[in-house]
Amino acid sequence: MGKTFQKPEALTDVHTHYCPGCTHGVIHRLVGEVIDELGIRGRTVGIAPVGCAVLAYNYFSCDFQEAAHGRAPAMATGIKRVRPDLMVFTYQGDGDLASIGMGEIIHAANRGEKFTAIFVNNAVYGMTGGQMAPTTMPGQRTTTSPLGRNTEETGMPIRVAELLSSLATEGYITRQTVIKPKFINRTKKALKKAFTYQMEGRCFSLVEVVSTCPTNWGMTPLDAIKWTEETLLPYFPLGDFKTPEEAEAVSANA
Amino acid sequence: MAKVLMKGNEAIGEAAIRAGCLNYFAYPITPQSEVAEYLARRMPEVNGVFLQGESEVAVGYMLFGAAGAGERVFTTSSSPGVSLMSEAISYIAGAQCPAVFVNIIRGGPGLGGILPSQGDYFQSVKGGGHGDYRMLVMAPASVQEAVEMVMTAFPLAEKYRNPVMILGDGLIGQMMEPVEFPEHLRSEPSKKDDWATNGMDTRKSATRNLVKSLYLDPEALNNHNLLLKSKYDRMKQEEVRYESYNAEGEYQALIVSYGTMSRVCRTAIDHLKEEGIEVGMIRPQTVFPFPEKAIHEAASKENCRVVLSIEMSMGQMVEDVERAVMGKRPVKWYGKCGGEVPTPEEIIEVVKEHL
Ligand SMILES: Cc1ncc(C[n+]2csc(CCOP(=O)(O)OP(=O)(O)O)c2C)c(N)n1
Ligand code: SF4
Repeated sequence: MGKTFQKPEALTDVHTHYCPGCTHGVIHRLVGEVIDELGIRGRTVGIAPVGCAVLAYNYFSCDFQEAAHGRAPAMATGIKRVRPDLMVFTYQGDGDLASIGMGEIIHAANRGEKFTAIFVNNAVYGMTGGQMAPTTMPGQRTTTSPLGRNTEETGMPIRVAELLSSLATEGYITRQTVIKPKFINRTKKALKKAFTYQMEGRCFSLVEVVSTCPTNWGMTPLDAIKWTEETLLPYFPLGDFKTPEEAEAVSANA
Repeated sequence: MAKVLMKGNEAIGEAAIRAGCLNYFAYPITPQSEVAEYLARRMPEVNGVFLQGESEVAVGYMLFGAAGAGERVFTTSSSPGVSLMSEAISYIAGAQCPAVFVNIIRGGPGLGGILPSQGDYFQSVKGGGHGDYRMLVMAPASVQEAVEMVMTAFPLAEKYRNPVMILGDGLIGQMMEPVEFPEHLRSEPSKKDDWATNGMDTRKSATRNLVKSLYLDPEALNNHNLLLKSKYDRMKQEEVRYESYNAEGEYQALIVSYGTMSRVCRTAIDHLKEEGIEVGMIRPQTVFPFPEKAIHEAASKENCRVVLSIEMSMGQMVEDVERAVMGKRPVKWYGKCGGEVPTPEEIIEVVKEHL
């Protein structure tokens, strides 16, 4: 016993600022465990977003850069191009990655930049107080959609994993969640796969994680889990959308 | 080394390589796309990195990432592109990373035009992005000088851990001139283990490095800004560069002009001399830090009656000239923008008007 509760070496020994019931902490832990298991802490550079995880650099014990809002994939590109031997990951929210930084993530994915993007989709802007995100559900109330998201005016939520998997460039694109232990295990496997593809210099990887924001959803942590299951997961289905192996199989058949 | 005839834009690309910078990210824009075209071919020959980014916004952050990881890196662009890079420049200055930006200015505002201009003086010298930051800004007046400034920009960026900008007008980029790449200006990248995110294994360290510009605590942010200010103050002490022309003896008027505009002013000064009218000139080679003291002293000469700021813009540098002259003499502006360069004849007329 005890071992499972030990902090991964890749995480610092400080308390996070995340709200109770927020899944950012779980995702941090999984990333930390994967870095430990692959033994790559000494050559890993993380990139923090602008969003609730802006202080992520305080929680990881590897080198870190802090980006401007949405620009982490361009910074990761810069690092990987000049230092391909470093392991680079971005950690981004849905406002950061799917709104202001949509251009950067699409082009990084399409160039096949060999870094790993960890995309935390909580259907809302957490840090700035619960405004509408590109992933906000139809009818979902936020501070900038007080009557519920009106899709006539703002369109439908963007499914990032599906969108990126439509690119012709090879990549590993998956969507997972961390609302239950069985999902947590799968998310960790996906993260490990993503980092491994990067280590092999194989392809771009993105792990979307459907997450909770009890604070800005105005729910208890338990209700937030329930709402995720009932509302988010049917619209944001889980699983691998693209793997480099599949691409190989397709080209072998062609 | 023998001189070679090169177009300004290509010479700028080659100068970076000769200086020891093998990483280049850019987005095409007239009138500097030749730099990218040249380096697309040249970087692979020297095992360097060439990448065309999806926008100048992204390119700015590619520089930030690469510089943060401790590698020498540079980009070239022109006015509208530099506007887009200004966000990243602010972050790079805030996070104290060395990076070199070349702006081959074209006419603005907005899409403006594609012909030479000096309309980005304010943008580069007063801060195009947000917050209290400065860049060291050098303005070449010839292709040779552009080469030398690019080559010295890298060690300067590293000395101050700050972005350095080369401010050239479109003429510098397009001109063909004989150039040489002085061997003594090649420099080794400085050691960056104290701060760069180059990986703990790389620097054999057990402590991680952070590259960031966020300071949520007001006192910490104030202290951070005081530290930045101390670097900018040091630049004012150590990096001011200028050239004087016909300024040893007495003169009736003083011209302040930079970049290719100053070359036209030289011709005008030579013609005026033949007519018996003496005019001196100070040409700032750094526009930040600005040669305030030199201009003040030159303007204060006994017979000098007027100071003229001559620019390819609608009166931007003139504000710094006024600040330097401190009311000692009247300061006047003359300039044009849009791509038409004031001729020697026009300048002669303007000088005579003010005497
Ligand atoms: C250029 C710019 N625009 C806006 C902001 C303000 N801002 C900070 S965080 C944020 C949204 C973050 O939401 P998300 O990416 O979903 O992350 P979360 O906080 O939910 O984890 C915004 C709009 C900023 N910092 N910079
Ligand atoms: S506001 Fe939401 S996303 Fe941010 S820490 Fe709190 S629960 Fe997590």
